[in-house]
Amino acid sequence: MALRATHRDAGPSTVVDLSGKITLGEGSALLRKTVRGLLDEKRTHIVLNLADVDYIDSSGIGELVSAYTTVKNRGGDLKLLHLTKKVHDLLQLTKLYTVFEVYTEERAALNSFQQAAPPAGA
Amino acid sequence: MGTDPKHLEITLETQVESVNLAEEMCLRVAEAAGFGEDDCYKIGMSVREGVINAFHYGNQERPEKKIHLAVDLTGEKMIIHVLDEGTGFTLANVPDPLAEENLLSTSGRGIFLMRAFMDEFDVVPGRTGGAEIVMAKKLPLQNNPGTNGQGSQGAAPAQGA
Repeated sequence: MALRATHRDAGPSTVVDLSGKITLGEGSALLRKTVRGLLDEKRTHIVLNLADVDYIDSSGIGELVSAYTTVKNRGGDLKLLHLTKKVHDLLQLTKLYTVFEVYTEERAALNSFQQAAPPAGA
Repeated sequence: MGTDPKHLEITLETQVESVNLAEEMCLRVAEAAGFGEDDCYKIGMSVREGVINAFHYGNQERPEKKIHLAVDLTGEKMIIHVLDEGTGFTLANVPDPLAEENLLSTSGRGIFLMRAFMDEFDVVPGRTGGAEIVMAKKLPLQNNPGTNGQGSQGAAPAQGA
């Protein structure tokens, strides 16, 4: 299934709901476009909800890392929410589980931003 | 699927769509061979990564070059060959994606994933001058009682390699 992405504001933070596959081609491109669009709108506190993402290849992993570093470089932060088992195992295998902040509750993910600095540009 | 060796091969265009096509083809073979869901996922992902490697690194995304995919099903294992028309590479020179300095790299995890997901993995010089990825997964035990999951031979290089 092709990737779909919608986003919703939660106070100063934004939750991006993703569903489908993050793979080479359109999936990775849509994730990149979505995150860059949010940064253009000064939305720098981003939660990627991966509850309905059941497949990520190396290109998709690279895009997640790219999104993370791009947001960090803009003074923000990007966190992951609701990993499926396959995605969880893949992030553990690639040691990226130690890089990303991963949450199982949306409220906890959003609260984690409040304990940090306010969004860049806010 | 019987125990007679089977051989399939297909020549793919150097385009993104070939990645999905190759994965789907190999998944059908794997399912028919009796692999379970988890192994099918690992085989599919490995084929995907092999073809991405050929598409991007081997053929440099040049449409005049081809990607050659072959699948051999023996009584013991499923062997997959992915051959590109690039200039080849040395496996030992591929950076370790788990090294601290590479963790935030946006690429370079494909070889690592294939190695992790398959029972056998190698890269050999191909007949085209490019790299040939050769990887294999042992058949599930119920289809492979004679080996008891042990002692399978190394992945054989493709003809002409």
